Amino acid sequence: MIAFDIGWGTTLAIKAIIVLAIVPLTALILGYVFLLKMMSHMQSRLGPMDPGGFHGWFQLIGDGVKFMQKEDIMTKEADRRVFALAPAVVVLSTFLVFVVIPAGPRLVVAPLDVGIFYALAVSSLSVIGVLMAGWASANKFALLGALRAAAQLIAYELPLVLAVVGVVIQAGTMNLQGIVGAQQNGEIFGWGGLGQPYILTQFIGFALFMIAAQAELTQPPFDMPVAESELVAGYMVEYTGFRFLFFFIGEFGTAFAFSALAATMFLGGWSVPWVHGSAADVLGPLVLFAKVMLVAFLMFWARFTYPRLREDQLQALAWKWLIPIALINILVTGVLKVAF
Amino acid sequence: MKREIKGMLTGLGVTFKTMTKPAVTVQYPHEREDPPTRARGVIALKEENCTVCMLCARQCPDWCIYIEGHKEQRPPRREGGRPRSVSVLDRFDIDYALCMYCGICVEVCPFDALFWSPEFEYSESRIADLLHDKDKLGEWMQTVPEPEPLEQGAVSK
Repeated sequence: MIAFDIGWGTTLAIKAIIVLAIVPLTALILGYVFLLKMMSHMQSRLGPMDPGGFHGWFQLIGDGVKFMQKEDIMTKEADRRVFALAPAVVVLSTFLVFVVIPAGPRLVVAPLDVGIFYALAVSSLSVIGVLMAGWASANKFALLGALRAAAQLIAYELPLVLAVVGVVIQAGTMNLQGIVGAQQNGEIFGWGGLGQPYILTQFIGFALFMIAAQAELTQPPFDMPVAESELVAGYMVEYTGFRFLFFFIGEFGTAFAFSALAATMFLGGWSVPWVHGSAADVLGPLVLFAKVMLVAFLMFWARFTYPRLREDQLQALAWKWLIPIALINILVTGVLKVAF
Repeated sequence: MKREIKGMLTGLGVTFKTMTKPAVTVQYPHEREDPPTRARGVIALKEENCTVCMLCARQCPDWCIYIEGHKEQRPPRREGGRPRSVSVLDRFDIDYALCMYCGICVEVCPFDALFWSPEFEYSESRIADLLHDKDKLGEWMQTVPEPEPLEQGAVSK
């Protein structure tokens, strides 16, 4: 292993550039692989085929360039400063989640001890951006969408956090590196060959996390805040050009972040059995990426299959089903943890 | 509850199965799908059958058919008879920028002068070029499929 000795300032700059580049890149990858190609094939069509030559891989980049050329329109009644700031707040929450996701033994921006708690806390910052967007647009559809989003995100924040608690109890730490390590060094009935991915013991937690994450991302079947047939596009209705692009990056970047969190907590993250040290630094990001794509596939599979729920069905699902199941899951996990 | 969960799993199965099958899309400019034989692509004119009766132009809901003609004197059929007057077609245009492909003109023609052809690739970059004159409409006749054979027992006159 080659050792570099660079100052903390340079290290920080490199980390910042990587994080800044990675979030739009992940949004592009998820948008292309799942939104453009997988959804098309699930609907028995091909999606874009010509841009870029190979299966239309250039389509989303072209779309991004197009968005940058568009006129930046703001309604006359809009609260100008809040309106302009809202997309940045949404994207900011996405960026902040990436800070704690480990891609290798040393490849993490900041291995916080409150890792998972921090990740879920900053991911819910986006609701503030959404509320700002809806309020500042001076549009009744935007306001309705924002209020729906607020109600939905608050309702699903609970099962999201409670689903994670099972993992935290089992690992004994909230640090994501610690959770990965606990899975890598764990044993399945005394056999440590594969480590112990928590999806085996926390399967209910995984299912709850995926459902709640789907609602947090306001993806179908939980896309009432942006329901295009009822609210046109909800809080995004007045946004054009670059600001709309920010919402797009926020949506898919957050999808990637949540997939990465699920992959880290339930599938073992970057860890590969028997691989340690610097080899894991090289292999880790690839393994994590593969696991993230697997989780994202499940997420988008549900997205492209189910129709939208009604608003009261949405709330009933969270309060009557997900939260009680999550609480029982925590209770059982805690009892088993103490018993063994 | 059991029924709902079964339905949701079936839905996931449908989308997954569709994903693994090849798409039904035809990549049009690169590959071509032949339209059905009797597809309504373009209207062809058999000029010698036209009697300039104007029925098609009058029935056309879009008024996209333009017909002009004049009468000519032809020698009498029998010795000592009157000279015959015959209508001659000068102009027969269909403006495909207006046409809505209803096919009423083809239906209404009493002398079998208009036919459907399955050709559909005649888009133009100038809208005025979509006005097909009678020579162009005559060329489409070559693409008109042969009529179906008569049913068994029917007599051809």
